[in-house]
Amino acid sequence: MLKKTGKHPLYKSVDRRSFLKGTAFGLASLAIPFGTSDASVWDAFFQKHFREMDDDEIKSVIKRMEKEYADEYKTDFKIKTTGPLPGVKFGYGLDLSLCIGCRRCVYACVKENNQSRDPQIHWITVLQFKNGERWVNVFEEADRYYNPQEVPEEGHFYMPVQCQQCENPPCVKVCPTQATWKERDGIVVIDYNWCIGCRYCMAACPYGARHFNWGKPHIDKSEINPDVHYFGNRPRYKGVVEKCTFCIQRTRENPGRYPACVEICPVGARKFGNLLDPESEIRYCIENKRVFRLKEDLNTSPKFYYFFSI
Amino acid sequence: MSDLFQPAKNLFTAMKFVAKGGKWYYGWLALLSLFIFIGAISYIKQLDKGMILTAMRDQVSWGFYISNFTFLVGVAAAAVLLVVPAYLYNFKPIKEIVLLGEILAITAIIMCLMFVISDLGRPERGWHILPLIGAMHFPASLLAWDVLVLNGYLAINCIAVFYVLYRLSLGKEYKMSVLWPIIILSIPWAISIHTVTAFLYNGLSARPFWNASILAPRFIASALCSGPALMLLIFQIVRRVSKMEISNTAIFKIAELIAYTMGLNLFLFAAEFFKEFYSGSVHLAPMQYLYFGLHGHSNLVIWMWLAFIFNLTAFFIFLRPKTRENFFTLNLACVLIITGVYIEKGMGLIVPGFIPDVLGEIYEYGPSLIEKGVALGIWAAGALFFTLFLKFALPVYTGELRFKSSGFERKE
Amino acid sequence: MNLKSISKIFLIVSIPVVFLSLLSSHAISADETTDYPVPPPPFSEGIFPCSGCHAGMEVNTNIRELSFHEDIKLKHFDGWCFNCHNPDNRDVLRLASGKIITFKESEYLCGQCHGEKFRNWKVGVHGKRTGLWNGRKEYRLCVHCHSPHQPRFKPLKPLPPPVRPEDSKYKTIEQIPLNPLNSIKE
Repeated sequence: MLKKTGKHPLYKSVDRRSFLKGTAFGLASLAIPFGTSDASVWDAFFQKHFREMDDDEIKSVIKRMEKEYADEYKTDFKIKTTGPLPGVKFGYGLDLSLCIGCRRCVYACVKENNQSRDPQIHWITVLQFKNGERWVNVFEEADRYYNPQEVPEEGHFYMPVQCQQCENPPCVKVCPTQATWKERDGIVVIDYNWCIGCRYCMAACPYGARHFNWGKPHIDKSEINPDVHYFGNRPRYKGVVEKCTFCIQRTRENPGRYPACVEICPVGARKFGNLLDPESEIRYCIENKRVFRLKEDLNTSPKFYYFFSI
Repeated sequence: MSDLFQPAKNLFTAMKFVAKGGKWYYGWLALLSLFIFIGAISYIKQLDKGMILTAMRDQVSWGFYISNFTFLVGVAAAAVLLVVPAYLYNFKPIKEIVLLGEILAITAIIMCLMFVISDLGRPERGWHILPLIGAMHFPASLLAWDVLVLNGYLAINCIAVFYVLYRLSLGKEYKMSVLWPIIILSIPWAISIHTVTAFLYNGLSARPFWNASILAPRFIASALCSGPALMLLIFQIVRRVSKMEISNTAIFKIAELIAYTMGLNLFLFAAEFFKEFYSGSVHLAPMQYLYFGLHGHSNLVIWMWLAFIFNLTAFFIFLRPKTRENFFTLNLACVLIITGVYIEKGMGLIVPGFIPDVLGEIYEYGPSLIEKGVALGIWAAGALFFTLFLKFALPVYTGELRFKSSGFERKE
Repeated sequence: MNLKSISKIFLIVSIPVVFLSLLSSHAISADETTDYPVPPPPFSEGIFPCSGCHAGMEVNTNIRELSFHEDIKLKHFDGWCFNCHNPDNRDVLRLASGKIITFKESEYLCGQCHGEKFRNWKVGVHGKRTGLWNGRKEYRLCVHCHSPHQPRFKPLKPLPPPVRPEDSKYKTIEQIPLNPLNSIKE
C-alpha cells in the first residue's frame, strides 16, 4: 500500500526518515496524555459524555474546544449547543422526478458542515440509475461515480441518499458507548468526543449514511465554516464517525435556515420542515404526494421521504 | 515459617524455568519477538496516520482485524469441547489436558481483545465502553454484551488455571469441589461467547448475509472444528518438548469429536447454501460474490472453494478411524480444518457482509501491509504468551517446578 | 402534548420569528408588494422597460419571425407573443381573462395552464424555495428556472464524483483540495 503512494505527484514516497519520524510521532501519540504539560489534553481525555455534563462543565468544554479550533484553523469559532425546539420533529422530502444529479447538494453540504476534503468525506451520495433497472430495493446497478459532461443524462434518473434520521435508528441501538442518540426533534447526533471509532454503527446503518475519519481530516483554512454546533459541523477528529444532522447548526435556530442542501438545490427537489406543523411543506408532501421511504422492510422508519411530483 | 519474600523467590524460580531452553526454544522466541516488533511498528504507524493505512473504507468498514477476532473467539470457545467430556464423563485421558485448552482459551481471548483494540479509531477512549466509569450501552448493544462475556470468560479461565496451578505448584492436589462450579459455569459461558459474537453480526438487518438465523449455530459448529484441531497440533508439540504425557487415546478421541462437529458444520453450510441459491432472492448477492463472483468481482471465490474443499477433505479424514489414527493424515486434516475455518469464519464471514455495500457498491477489500503487520504481531504475541505460559505451567503440572509456601495460608 | 399547547408554542415561536425575520441578514431583496416574496424577474440586460422601444411602435399582430428579438425561439406550446405579452402596454403581462399583471407576478400567467405546478409552487413543494424553514421564505418565479420561451430546465455540468475507496490513500498533503463548489457561479 505504501509503495504505491509514490506514483502520484501529490503523494510523497515514504522514505526511511519520514518512516522513523512517523514512528516517533506514533510513540508520542501513544504517550499522550502522559508526559505533556498541556492540561487541555488531560481535560479532553477525561471529558465526560455530553449528556452527563452539567451546564458549567459544558461551558468549560466549549471554551476549551473553541480555543483548540481557533489555534488550528486561525479563526474564531462559535460552538453552539442549542437544544431541540419544542414542538418540532424534522422531516425531509426529496422529489425524485426533479433531481438531475448535479451534486450541488453534496458539495454545499461539504462546505457548510466542514467535511474533510482529504481524505474525502461526503455525507450525501447521489446514485444514478438507468431507466428500467432494478433500483428501489437493489442498488447493485446504481452508479455513484457517474461523470458526464451534462446532467441529467438521457435515460437515467438520480437518487441522493444521506442520513434518513430514522425514528428507529439501528445505529443508535448498536453503539456500545451511547456516543450516538436520537434527540427530541428527531435528529440522530454523535458526540465526536465520546465515539471510540468501533464502526459498529456503520455496519448497522442500512443507508450508508455514516462516515469514518480514516485519517486526520484536512480542510483548507480559507474554507472553514466557523459557525458550528457541538453535534453538527464542528471540525471532527481522526478516528471518529460522522453523519448528516439536517444542518443542526442552522435548523435549530429560531428562526432557522433551511439545510444547506435544500438551499443550494437548483431544481428545488429538496423539501424540509416540521412534521408536527400541519402547514409545513413536508406535511403537504406526505399528505398530497405518494411518498415512500428507503428500505421500509427494515422498520427503521426514516423521516426522509422520497416522492415523485410528476 | 512465614517468609515475606517467598512470593518474589517463587517468581524468580518460575522465571528461571521459563528462561531455560534449547536453541530451538530461543530461536522460536526470537522469531516471535521479531514479528511482535513488526506488529508494534505497524500499529504505531496506524495510530499516527490513522486507519487510512488499512484497506478498510466506508464501503467495507470492518476487515482483517475483525475477521481474526471472530476466528479467535471460536478458538477460545472450543476449550469447552475438551472440558465437557473431561469432567462430565470423567474421561481420564482428556482430563489431563484440559489445562492446555484453558490456557489456549486465555491466549485466544487476549488476542481477541488485541484485535478489537487495533480496530478502534480512538483506542485511548476504550474506557467509554466500560460500565460505571464509561457509558456502556447495555443491554441494547451486542458489543457491550461481547465485552462482558469475553472478559467474563477470560476471568473464569484465569481463575480455573490459576487455582489448578497454584495448588499444584505447592505440591497439593486441587479440589474438585472448588473447580467443579467454575467448570459448570464455563461450559455455557463458552457457548455464550460465540453466540454473542455471532449475534453481534446477526442482529444487523442492514446486512442480509449476516442477518440469517443459521449464523450462530454455524459459528458454534465451525468453532468446535477449528479449536480442537488447533489443540491436537499443540498436544503433539507439547508432548514432544515436555515431560507431559498425552495419550494417543485422548488425541484420537478428540479427532473423532471433530468428525462429528465438522459433519454438523458441513450440514449447516449446505442448509444455508440451499436456502440462498434455491430461493434466489436479492439477498443472494453476498453469497454469490463469495462462491461465484458478483459483477466481475471475484477476489474471494478461490479462497471460499479452497476452504470448502479443505473442510470436506478433513471431514473424511477424521471420519475414518484408519486415517484419523495415522499421525500424518491426522495432522494434515488438522491443518486443513484450521485453514478452512480461518478462511470461512474470518474474511469469508466479515467481508461479504459489506459486499455489495448497503448502496450497492462493490469495493473489493484485501488487507493492507499495515493490517497484515499488526495481525502478524498479534498472532506472534499470542504465540509468545502461550509459549511462556506453557513453559511455566507444564513443569508445574508434571511436578518439576514446585514453590515453597510463604506460610501465610491455613495449614491443612 | 395537546393541540392547545402546540398552538401556544407556535404563537410564542412565531412572534420572534416575524420580528427577527424583518431584521434578518438572510432577508432577500424580494419585492414585498407581490403576493409571494420573489427576487426581481430575470430580464435580459437592457431590455426592460419594453416601452422604451415599443411605446411609439405600431402593434403588428401577424405571427412572424422576429427581426429584433432574434434570440427568442419559442419552444413552448403552439403559442405566440400575445398569449402572454400585452400588445397595448409591453411593460406588463396579460392573463387570458384580460387582467393585467406585472412581470413580478408572472406566476399567475404560468398558472393559467400549469395549475397543479402552481398549486405545488404556492405551498413551496414545486420549485426552489430558500430562507427560513420556520420563518420567512423566498420563492423563485417560474421564469427564474424555466425560460418562458423555452421552459425546459437547462442541463448542468455535474460536480466531480466522489473519490473511489481504492484511490483514497494516505498522502502527505501539500495542498488541501478545495471545494469544487467554489468554482461555479450560479
